[in-house]
Amino acid sequence: MPTQKITMPQLGESVTEGTISTWLVNVGDKVNKYDPIAEVMTDKVNAEVPSSFTGVIKELTAEEGETVAVGDLICYIATENAESEESNTEIQRAASEDKNNSAVKGNSDKSESMKKRYSPAVLRLSQENNIDLNEVTGSGRGGRITRKDLEKIIASGEMPKAATFQEANNHAASGVSIEQTAESSHPETQTGDIEIPVKGVRKVIAQNMVKSTQEIPHAWMTVEVDVTDLVSYRNRIKNHFKETEGFGLTFFSFFIKAVSQALKEYPQLNSMWAGDKIIQKKDINLSIAVAKENELFVPVIKNADEKTIKAIARDIYNLAKKARSGQLTSEDMQGGTFTVNNTGSFGSISSMGVINHPQAAILQVESIVKRPVIINDMFAARDIVNLSLSLDHRILDGLICGRFLSLVKEILESMNEETIQLY
Amino acid sequence: MPIMSYIQAITTALREEMRRDGNVFVLGEDVGKKGGVFRATDGLYEEFGEERVLDTPLAESAIAGVGIGAAMYGMRPVAEMQFADFIMPAVNQIISEAAKMRYRSNNDWSAPITIRAPYGGGVHGALYHSQSVEAIFANQPGLKIVMPSTPYDAKGLLKAAIRDNDPVLFFEHKRAYRLLKGDVPSEDYVLPIGKSDVKREGEDITVITYGLCVHFALQAAEKLAEDGIDAHILDLRTVYPLDQESIIEAARKTGKVLLITEDNKEGSIIGEVAAIIAEHCLFDLDAPIQRLAGPDVPSMPYAPPMEKFFMMNPDKVEKAMRDLAEY
Repeated sequence: MPTQKITMPQLGESVTEGTISTWLVNVGDKVNKYDPIAEVMTDKVNAEVPSSFTGVIKELTAEEGETVAVGDLICYIATENAESEESNTEIQRAASEDKNNSAVKGNSDKSESMKKRYSPAVLRLSQENNIDLNEVTGSGRGGRITRKDLEKIIASGEMPKAATFQEANNHAASGVSIEQTAESSHPETQTGDIEIPVKGVRKVIAQNMVKSTQEIPHAWMTVEVDVTDLVSYRNRIKNHFKETEGFGLTFFSFFIKAVSQALKEYPQLNSMWAGDKIIQKKDINLSIAVAKENELFVPVIKNADEKTIKAIARDIYNLAKKARSGQLTSEDMQGGTFTVNNTGSFGSISSMGVINHPQAAILQVESIVKRPVIINDMFAARDIVNLSLSLDHRILDGLICGRFLSLVKEILESMNEETIQLY
Repeated sequence: MPIMSYIQAITTALREEMRRDGNVFVLGEDVGKKGGVFRATDGLYEEFGEERVLDTPLAESAIAGVGIGAAMYGMRPVAEMQFADFIMPAVNQIISEAAKMRYRSNNDWSAPITIRAPYGGGVHGALYHSQSVEAIFANQPGLKIVMPSTPYDAKGLLKAAIRDNDPVLFFEHKRAYRLLKGDVPSEDYVLPIGKSDVKREGEDITVITYGLCVHFALQAAEKLAEDGIDAHILDLRTVYPLDQESIIEAARKTGKVLLITEDNKEGSIIGEVAAIIAEHCLFDLDAPIQRLAGPDVPSMPYAPPMEKFFMMNPDKVEKAMRDLAEY
């Protein structure tokens, strides 16, 4: 029986590796073509790898939790229709020999077979100029990156930086990469303790958090917002809304709306740190944090500023549902420009969010609490919510963030029966 | 500036040197009354007489030996081998005597002889009238081997060879004799031996070659330019000793190097060029060093299709250049 290789598929444009989270098959299992054989995690998204062949799993070359580069072998599969496959390969071999004989070496022109074959000149230039070769498109045969390709990039000055390389250095210098920390301060496991291996989404979260807190100089500020009118309006119509629309009208939708309006006025907060420059994003795509057991996902509400409160409520409903059933795609997670985190759903009234790298800020919407406040020298029972903003102090300063928060506050406090437009 | 054929440039250089220096004389088979089988010495016998234009017996060993002796005695002989293929009987004289004279005599003696010989194929000359023999002499310190590619270079380099104080082998491509024409200044000029020459500036690939193949490479480069492939072409001109500095510079320029010779591939001049590049340019190379050469068979066949198979031509060169550019 001929043996075929199954390799790590390309699961997204910029995705270069995937982690096998679970093998869905064992050695000896019979699989049909397109049957899922493994769950793979890239970035933060789970995907299933389908079998490219019908046959019997012969060997799993990658272990669960192992990170494999795109195109690298993950398992061998023995295919069944031995004779026809063999004759096929023979014909292919004969054909390829013919091509070799005619001395045409360009038979792999369209493939990417040479993409990772670097000439000494290319390696030297990439190292001298700190260029990430994974980000370079090759013009040579088989997608090979040529010296000229790099010389053009260098001349243009737009170099895809080898970020990981730099960070690795930074981490090494400060001595606090997560692996190193783990090694240097290894707590011992006592009898009865449970060991949970750090892999998959947990590992990605850990890496991202380390990256965010190490790289971004955080600063914080909190405002108190009186949302009494909003609360009474929403409580009055929520049942009717659910009946007619089929999904709930959460407070969070109103906050998203208010934040996206305010971001429109203060685009400074809707920006990203890019080393030697700050990129102010045109689109307002709000990342929202969705927790699922021990996993955390950050799907994105695209162009939130252009959406009605109803549309936002539906997006939140759909994304949360997808996250809980593990169906989020990388498309759902991409493009976020600012994060709004619904910490209030856990009952929190104050928190300091970690910024979602490379965004500029994150806003924590805390729990709405009924509190006595003084209005016109009289006590009144009001619905109060804290909004806590974490900001990247490289990009933003207190003044602009204060104005932004004031505007969010103003928008929310003026939301009442007359002003709110759900549709 | 008059336009001359390659062979007219040779004859002009000989005549001018013989007029300039009474010690210069030519000797070889049929060089006198007949003016040479290719007419390279045409008119010299009439102008300078039998004392300075010597018809010799069919004995290459003697032609070289007499020349070396005369050179040691202060003359400036220009010996002609009728075909480079016939130089073999003279190899002992050239390698054992001429090449080593200065070294062996601790600088007391020298052998300032120039040995001219038409080499190369493509003229239906078959086995004994088509060979390239430069590699045989190209690891003999004491010798210099010059192989010009244009009429201009031919005149300037032949004059330099005659004036050089040590033995110089001067190989002229016989197909180039009447194929190549170009501007040749009528005044006296000398080109440096041991220096290569950039025949075309380019950015995409580097071609290093010599002799008639330079011409093929230039033709191919013009075709490739239409497709946006810009070739840099270095003409070695002196194939021994090699102009290492210029070879390294040319190879570094593009990082993609094609070496071309009409000679058999293994053990040829370009193998040494490849070694120089490999020693010095590893971190500039963007492709494997490519060699385009004749097949490793004893000599050029007579049958036209077989000769075509063996012989270098612009199509073969173009294909190899394009292949490298696309790598």
